[in-house]
Amino acid sequence: MDLSVVILVEMLYAVASLVLISAGLAVVFGMMKVINLAHGEFMMMGGYATITAVNLGVNVFVAMLVVAPITVGLIGLVVERLVIRHLYGRLVDTMLATWGLSLFFIGVATMIFGNTTTGISTPIPGFSIGSYQINGYNFFIIVVAIALVIGMLVILKSTRAGLIARGTMQRSDIAAALGYSPDRIYMATFFCGSALSGLAGAVLAPLVGLVPTSGGAYIAKAFITVIAGGPSLVAGLLSSAGLFGLVNQIFTFAISPVIGEVALLVSAVILLRLLPQGVTGKFFKGKL
Amino acid sequence: MSLDRRAFLGGTAAMTGAAMLPSFASAAETIKLGSILDTSGIFDAYGKPMDMAMRLAVDEVNASGGLLGKQVEVSGYDTQSDMALYSQYAQQLTRQDRVDVVHGGILSASREAIRQTMRKTKTLYFYNVLYEGGVCDRNIFINGVTPAQQVEALVPYAMKKAGKKVYVLAADYNYGQITARWIQKFVADNGGETVGLDFFPLDVSDFGSTIAKIQTAAPDLVIAPLVGGAHLSFFRQWAAAGMKDRIPLASTTLGVGNEQLVLTPEEGNGIMVAYNYSQQLDTPANAAFKASWLAAFGDNSNIHETAVSTYQGVKTWAKAVEMAGSLDRDSIIDALETGISIEGPGGKVTVDPKTHHAVLDVHLMEFEDQRMKVIETLPQRQPIDTQSVCDLAASPNDNTQYEIQI
Repeated sequence: MDLSVVILVEMLYAVASLVLISAGLAVVFGMMKVINLAHGEFMMMGGYATITAVNLGVNVFVAMLVVAPITVGLIGLVVERLVIRHLYGRLVDTMLATWGLSLFFIGVATMIFGNTTTGISTPIPGFSIGSYQINGYNFFIIVVAIALVIGMLVILKSTRAGLIARGTMQRSDIAAALGYSPDRIYMATFFCGSALSGLAGAVLAPLVGLVPTSGGAYIAKAFITVIAGGPSLVAGLLSSAGLFGLVNQIFTFAISPVIGEVALLVSAVILLRLLPQGVTGKFFKGKL
Repeated sequence: MSLDRRAFLGGTAAMTGAAMLPSFASAAETIKLGSILDTSGIFDAYGKPMDMAMRLAVDEVNASGGLLGKQVEVSGYDTQSDMALYSQYAQQLTRQDRVDVVHGGILSASREAIRQTMRKTKTLYFYNVLYEGGVCDRNIFINGVTPAQQVEALVPYAMKKAGKKVYVLAADYNYGQITARWIQKFVADNGGETVGLDFFPLDVSDFGSTIAKIQTAAPDLVIAPLVGGAHLSFFRQWAAAGMKDRIPLASTTLGVGNEQLVLTPEEGNGIMVAYNYSQQLDTPANAAFKASWLAAFGDNSNIHETAVSTYQGVKTWAKAVEMAGSLDRDSIIDALETGISIEGPGGKVTVDPKTHHAVLDVHLMEFEDQRMKVIETLPQRQPIDTQSVCDLAASPNDNTQYEIQI
């Protein structure tokens, strides 16, 4: 009984962390069709922003939820103005450019923070479920992920800004004809995507030992989740993160963490063979 | 004027010969020590202090009059954490610089990349890092602890403190797998039982499900030969789940790169480890070593296990050169094979003639407020794992890294 609760929490946590890792990429890649290979480095910078802020005496939750997203969002803004905006619609070129950016950011982080592992400890104590101890921070991640999904839905669906953003992503020429500047809207969207990546890196920072190359660990999972999700932003993110999180945890508990990772990748391959357009290419069509 | 092929070749050969003359001349005036270490890139946390330790040892040798009346000169190369550069610089050290000895290499892969070059060119080679054991080659001397030396000391101590049921979490490559095998052996030898064993690729950083699984198995003790930054997450998540005060932890790797400084006291306190060196060792040799490090570099907080091994490696070589009275490789090896000892910061280090590994002190330690507190010193432990497969006295032409079967 206790164990099944623990397993349930771990599964929810796995899904939530996949949602967090992929949300920023889903916005940048899913909405703007920019392949951001520096996504992992945006997360890494979110982590460093948090740790630096905490070391300067900022409250850890403020550092994670405010400082890191804004810092990384601003970095994203600069990157968009200097690099990305020249490359819209050139899928392969953005890949090359952002890969270069990722190397650049790793270099800069190494120069500033050194090539050693840093970290902060989790701000929430563990607690027990029956005879089991569980990481209280898992719940925080689950809550943040839920809030994030609801926030994205509300903004995209019920606000004028969300409507304009969606419209621009579908037909930027029509949006321009209606008097909106696609250039500005892309810029704002890229800012939001970067901020989400920064948030993910910040929230996950207390769980890991951070090094400048940490981003590499996330990038593959994020891309798999976003691509398997398909064209719908939120529904795609939720369905693929849910599926992969479950598969990963079931095999992890049943066999071993290595098999869990293998199962995640195998299920992604099978899924894309059966549903080449991603989950939401076939189901939940027309949903957000 | 016309220049035919023959005249050209003759002329260039003469010039090359002339260009090489000064280097022969200077080789007679100084002793050349080659160093090959990653002082930049992802392994520089290990490599930088190792480079400093090597230079400190050489400076001390020179300050006390050098060796055989000559000064020791360092030819150092930074391999930038790139394995391809190791073979390139090894060629340069042995064929161009013609050094008398090479110290260096960090990862096992880097050692294997240059070991055969050293052997072929008859350049004496010192590998000063703790590693998975089993290298059997007359041209190499290794003075880091091997898994058996560490685990033999750590397991009985940790089991006595915690209990007989042990869960093992190891990094999924040769070091982790070999070490895990030794842990299982020593757990069984001490009347215990290994109730679980999991391997993790080096990029795994989420241990939530593992922590739940461990609790299902309910061990008395967790031993974790985990490696690198991602695996450090385990210790953090373990503490975050509140497990640290319930099941004690031991590790064979934590602290080698000064990881105790990254974990907070709440996360690290009480973790049991066993190494050849701790900054907290209260010996005159260590006090003197730390003082001269401070005088040379201004900060001694970055001294760690492999830096001390490097220092001890250079000192061992220097002693052997004095004893041999020449720079001839075979006479130096003969001197080393007499089983010479030096008194290093980590304790007495003795060359084991049979395996060319080191007999050294292993210190049991516990993390306490970001330091490694020494609990007990086990003097002069033999490298029993390598000794079980390697006997250079009987077969001096051996050139293998054995995978030790237990």
